[in-house]
Amino acid sequence: MTEVDARGLSCPIPVVETKKALKAHPEGVCVLVDAKVCVENVSRFASAMGYNAKATEANGEWKIEISR
Amino acid sequence: MSSIRLTSLVKTSGCAAKLPPSDLHAVIDSLPVLSSPDLVEGFETADDALVWRVGENRVCVQTVDFFPPMVDDPYTFGQIAAANALSDVYAMGGEPSVCLNLMCFPACLTLDVMRRILLGGLDKAKEAGAVIAGGHTISDPTPKYGLCVTSFMNEDEVWSNRTALPGDAVVLTKALGVGIVNTAAKVDEAPEESVRQAQDSMTRLNRKARDIARKYRIHGATDVTGFSLSGHGSEVAAASGLTLKINTADLPVIDGALELARFGFLPEGRYANEEFLRDKVSFAENIKLEMRDLCFDPQTSGGLLLFMSPGDARSYVKEMDMDCCRIIGTTYKQGKYLMEYV
Repeated sequence: MTEVDARGLSCPIPVVETKKALKAHPEGVCVLVDAKVCVENVSRFASAMGYNAKATEANGEWKIEISR
Repeated sequence: MSSIRLTSLVKTSGCAAKLPPSDLHAVIDSLPVLSSPDLVEGFETADDALVWRVGENRVCVQTVDFFPPMVDDPYTFGQIAAANALSDVYAMGGEPSVCLNLMCFPACLTLDVMRRILLGGLDKAKEAGAVIAGGHTISDPTPKYGLCVTSFMNEDEVWSNRTALPGDAVVLTKALGVGIVNTAAKVDEAPEESVRQAQDSMTRLNRKARDIARKYRIHGATDVTGFSLSGHGSEVAAASGLTLKINTADLPVIDGALELARFGFLPEGRYANEEFLRDKVSFAENIKLEMRDLCFDPQTSGGLLLFMSPGDARSYVKEMDMDCCRIIGTTYKQGKYLMEYV
């Protein structure tokens, strides 16, 4: 799965990066973020676009798997 | 004109840049409170401005507010920052008299940008009938602007956030959602019409809302800014011993804001506000998530939140004659929550 590294970026930029990535890879992407706010916002964007979003945390970083 | 986008220089903007309420209270509550017989309102009730007695039934109302830009146009930013700072005086029922500029300005911008920010503030102060008579500027990588505003009024005419009554109607004078629209606009994702509405709203003084309200018996008042409708409503509820019951269907909303919220264009402050109010605010089960977002959305230069009898509220809203000015709920003697959204 294509990975988007949005760590170190503050919202709303990770949402825009996710939008761009999903346009190029409509089958789904994996987004890395390091703020809880970004997990919420990226997940909200994914569900609004009709995707499922599953976030897992490790050491203050999150991996959000976005898939159909 | 500078080609640098003002909003590209900031991480958080407008009233969304406020420190999270929980952090702020942790610090303020740990400090000693200085008191004086002449201090009528201070930190204790979290009112919009301090009130200091200067003579028999005469008080000075003072407030300060500044923040980083939420728009790219320097003149518009100056107008918004000034309207926002002046609003705290209107929320106390006063008229601003004299102001001081507060400016942080980066070396990477041309001086014309500073001039246009200050001109925006000056024009708003003029519109408010106030004078800007000084200020302070420091060099800072993140631009910030605002005003310290002073007003003089009769002590028995000051609107407090402690004196709203059970059975009052709750009136809001501007639409919600500017925090959400500003967040999306920062990355060019907000519809043009939403941006226009948000900027019109943010640059609009609360002067008319205050002037017309002076004709009615106002029981309590505040303005809605960074701590959101929920935060500022809760402050009045806590200080007055009330629960505010808000009808979400009646909330005025900037066009497109709910849709942008659904797509995750939410400022950090939205989450901090909810976190701080977790046990104090309740939502009916059928209320959609984007409506909750709106209720926690940090507003920049938001409207007045007024408490008055239902009859007065109906006449007031009619006289205001603006779609964004509405009766949004009612109050009752404090129950389990400070705010109840239905």
